[in-house]
Amino acid sequence: MTQIDSKIPQGPLAEKWKNYKDHQKLVNPANKRRLDVIVVGTGLAGASAAASLAEMGFNVLNFCIQDSPRRAHSIAAQGGINAAKNYQNDGDSVYRLFYDTIKGGDYRAREANVYRLAEVSNSIIDQCVAQGVPFAREYGGLLDNRSFGGAQVSRTFYARGQTGQQLLLGAYSALSRMIGLNKVKMYTRHEMLDVVKIDGRARGIIARNLITGKIERFSAHAVVVATGGYVNTFFLSTNAMASNGSAAWQCYKKGAYFANPCMVQIHPTCVPVHGDYQSKLTLMSESLRNDGRIWVPKKLEDAKALQAGTKKGKDIPEEDRDYYLERRYPAFGNLVPRDVASRAAKERCDAGFGVNNTGLAVFLDFSDAINRLGKDVVKAKYGNLFDMYEEITNDDPYETPMMIYPALHYSMGGLWVDYELQTSIPGLFAIGEANFSDHGANRLGASALMQGLADGYFVLPYTIQNYLSDQIQVPRFSTDLPEFAASEKAIKDRIQKLMSIKGKESVDSIHKKLGHIMWEYIGMARDAEGLKEAIQKLKDLKKEFWTNVHIPGQAEDLNVELEKALRLADFIEIGTLMAHDALDRAESCGGHFRTEHQTEEGEALRHDDKFMYVSCWEYQGEDKDPVMLKEDLNYEFVVPQTRNYKK
Amino acid sequence: MDKDINITLKVWRQKGPKEKGQFETYQLKNINQGTSFLEMLDILNEQLINEGKDPVVFDHDCREGICGMCSLYVNGHPHGPATGATTCQLYMRRFNDGETITIEPWRSAGFPVIRDLMVDRYAYDKIIQAGGFVSVNTGGVPDANAIAIPKADADLAMDAAACIGCGACAAACKNGSAMLFVSAKVSQLALLPQGKVEAARRAKAMVAKMDELGFGNCTNTRACEMECPKNISVSNIARLNREFICAKLKD
Amino acid sequence: MWLLNSSIGKKLIMSISGLFLILFLLFHLCMNIAAVFSGEAYNVICGLLGSNWYALVGTLVLAAGVVVHFVYAIILTLQNRKARGNDRYAINARPKGVEWASQNMFVLGLIVILFMILHFSQFWYNMMFAELAGIHGDIHPQDGAAFINFYFQGNVVNTVLYLVWFVALWFHLTHGFWSAIHTIGWNNTIWLNRWECISKWVATIICGLFAVITIIFFLNGVGA
Repeated sequence: MTQIDSKIPQGPLAEKWKNYKDHQKLVNPANKRRLDVIVVGTGLAGASAAASLAEMGFNVLNFCIQDSPRRAHSIAAQGGINAAKNYQNDGDSVYRLFYDTIKGGDYRAREANVYRLAEVSNSIIDQCVAQGVPFAREYGGLLDNRSFGGAQVSRTFYARGQTGQQLLLGAYSALSRMIGLNKVKMYTRHEMLDVVKIDGRARGIIARNLITGKIERFSAHAVVVATGGYVNTFFLSTNAMASNGSAAWQCYKKGAYFANPCMVQIHPTCVPVHGDYQSKLTLMSESLRNDGRIWVPKKLEDAKALQAGTKKGKDIPEEDRDYYLERRYPAFGNLVPRDVASRAAKERCDAGFGVNNTGLAVFLDFSDAINRLGKDVVKAKYGNLFDMYEEITNDDPYETPMMIYPALHYSMGGLWVDYELQTSIPGLFAIGEANFSDHGANRLGASALMQGLADGYFVLPYTIQNYLSDQIQVPRFSTDLPEFAASEKAIKDRIQKLMSIKGKESVDSIHKKLGHIMWEYIGMARDAEGLKEAIQKLKDLKKEFWTNVHIPGQAEDLNVELEKALRLADFIEIGTLMAHDALDRAESCGGHFRTEHQTEEGEALRHDDKFMYVSCWEYQGEDKDPVMLKEDLNYEFVVPQTRNYKK
Repeated sequence: MDKDINITLKVWRQKGPKEKGQFETYQLKNINQGTSFLEMLDILNEQLINEGKDPVVFDHDCREGICGMCSLYVNGHPHGPATGATTCQLYMRRFNDGETITIEPWRSAGFPVIRDLMVDRYAYDKIIQAGGFVSVNTGGVPDANAIAIPKADADLAMDAAACIGCGACAAACKNGSAMLFVSAKVSQLALLPQGKVEAARRAKAMVAKMDELGFGNCTNTRACEMECPKNISVSNIARLNREFICAKLKD
Repeated sequence: MWLLNSSIGKKLIMSISGLFLILFLLFHLCMNIAAVFSGEAYNVICGLLGSNWYALVGTLVLAAGVVVHFVYAIILTLQNRKARGNDRYAINARPKGVEWASQNMFVLGLIVILFMILHFSQFWYNMMFAELAGIHGDIHPQDGAAFINFYFQGNVVNTVLYLVWFVALWFHLTHGFWSAIHTIGWNNTIWLNRWECISKWVATIICGLFAVITIIFFLNGVGA
């Protein structure tokens, strides 16, 4: 069995990153000009990496599928970004942020990576402020913080309900500056379809120009994948419509390990599903849980009345309300981590206490906050979110409690990377949500922005030099090499195959079927029986897709349905790998909940003796079961405990 | 309560930037008013695909009003009749049974049509590339709290920074002017001490690029502000004018 | 030169020339007010503004102001039409909060200029130009009061035409004044609405008084 080396530096936890930087190899400025780096994706990780690498002097080729790098889905993050600044003097520290993140991840993340993340978190805030990111401030002119799930300190920096937008625009402006200076060549509306390997190293990509439909080749000395997560496998999620896992999936198929695919996050506060035609789920910021109280009725007959529409939330008297999070988790109350809050909502709804017509919703109630703080204060804090909610549901959240339900939100799993953020293919790096590294089995709120920017600004630009330093003698590669030609041919054949199916079903209708299977069997609660069934169903669905999908239009032309079909083909395979991984991991941890493995109180039951590892899946070929390799997690500094948010 | 409605759609279809476009009319039946406008278009496309026709091409992505990708001109308004909302935040309860809805692309020389309702807005990126940034490299910056910024200024900067770059301002403007977009970025950075340092250079560079790209001249009709999904104020345009004129006078 | 090359520079030229023309309107208004009370006083002013060098310089500057304002209006309008693209919207809805005048400034300006030609042919041609050229009609070129009475007293057509002119001017000024201030950059969130309000007042005072005076001339002629 292959020994997986995560290249964690020696030394005490707090000195690992410093030691690494002190001893890593660097590339001198004159040589940087001779090296090309491809960065795929322009979200927080991609844009910040592309900008930082270009600032250092590398030639960067940057790709995105949208019409502008500013539209990457990082922009939709609402709540905030964590940092261990301790500006609030509430006892925060790098160690505490590290500890909370490791604990929040249910002890399935690498200590060294997470510590490094906490360490550079402070630099991120400094960097963003210097770029002109308008973070919220107090009257004294200093930065404001709010609290977030899974932490007992206020360490979250925010810019109204648009933190992701503001951080992304900061990175985008840095990237734009480099594009303007011709240090970055930007390719918009280009979708990466393959990574090209030469002599075992990643040396380029094949991308499809989404306007012309032409397949184009690009070569470089290293490739960085920053293409986000894959939860659109579930069809309905909070991700943008075009968010997909295909770039990462092609890397996997070329030999990169895919780590912890079953670890996906289900966000507790989303607007509930309202119909079959629904295309996506809208997130309501987790910050709402600071002031909103989550409840369902105590009595089943009240729930039935709510489901029938004969009663409204406000008709149910205080004593008949079950604030189940406050009841079950007195210490953290409504601010428990996302996985806990989501599962608790599902538990209540499964028991019949759901509060809308589908029975799949719970209340998020602001009446207490309005009484305590006044409507104006609540409006100032959450006004835009309330307006958004009202526009979607036609309900006024100032008058009647909001209804929320969990929805797919984030993938903790992703391409396996070592401490240097390099995948198992030399020269291929993965950053941001596309890699698996820092969140373990569950991600805490306001940590995704932190990780994306940490990878892009402060980690990858260092670690990639360790790789590139021995590449300075390597001349630029021609895209006429046979490896490129072979890759392009394979893609063209695949597209040709898709176009020639001419079946009866639209891409979306098959994607919806995939979503149903995923939600039913690989969703919030999983069991061995169901997962085996899911693998079979996905096999059938894959066959159905490849024999009955209908794609109108031409291959070499703007063709949105073809774009979607290429992504869906990969989603089906990703779903299958998720099922394999979920089946292997016979324990409950973080976002992965196996119903066979729970405590008597219904809490997640980890089996540290058997599953203290990162599952790294290796592709074996079409229609062959993947092979799993283990990267053992050695906790040197923290003692894994059962997460307890009760006291 | 939301009910089901029947609607007629008049949709602009255009093969490419150089080709002539025209309206096509489609009927949609039993659309629930709780459906979002873009989901309604998904239903239309599903219908078209099943009929063996080419689906309508339109830009969209996050569907929660923040990415700025969606860009439809609905019944004479960029992003449709709702105020302070993008197309993707528009719901069918804004429309009545039997209504005819006309959908056009952004029409502005700066935003050539790519296909149907999809336009090319890269011009906005070029304007940002000309100067919409603070020239700091990664690393080596002072502590985030080193400079206190009055809350009022930070709030005003945030108001301006809320721009999503969707292009509705230029699409709404009878002059095809991009002033609201440019002024929002210039304002955001001019209001903050970090951006103030190169405010003059920025204003000059961004306006020059805007002019070069063929956007029109602002005549203060305020249509941009009224149609802006993020309610960006035209007071930013006054600030841009001020910054620009002062910068030029100092030269 | 940034004033001529940049969009904001060109707009600044419109703004400054426009404000200058508003100042002239105020001056002209004062003269007319004088005429309401005393034809003689009015004639004294007319005498001062005859063929003197300073009056000539003033007239040339004024003419330059009009020409610059008009020429730049044409340049900007043509540029703006081009910036709009070739395909027009099938449906145009004026958003709530957008003043009709703001979207029709060029047409309004054109109307104002056409009436100006009428006005010049009636007054300036017979007065300053006549004096310069040495043409002598029935009325002495410096007897402005007599011209007023000739054109307005009891003359329905002229009076109505002038009133239409003032209406167009009113619309033009309601937008023009605050827009000029805005273009210079003297505006912010608080003053935005104030300037718009002041703009309406300025337009109403100028055009209203001109209109009232015209009606007085129609009914009574100049003051004794």
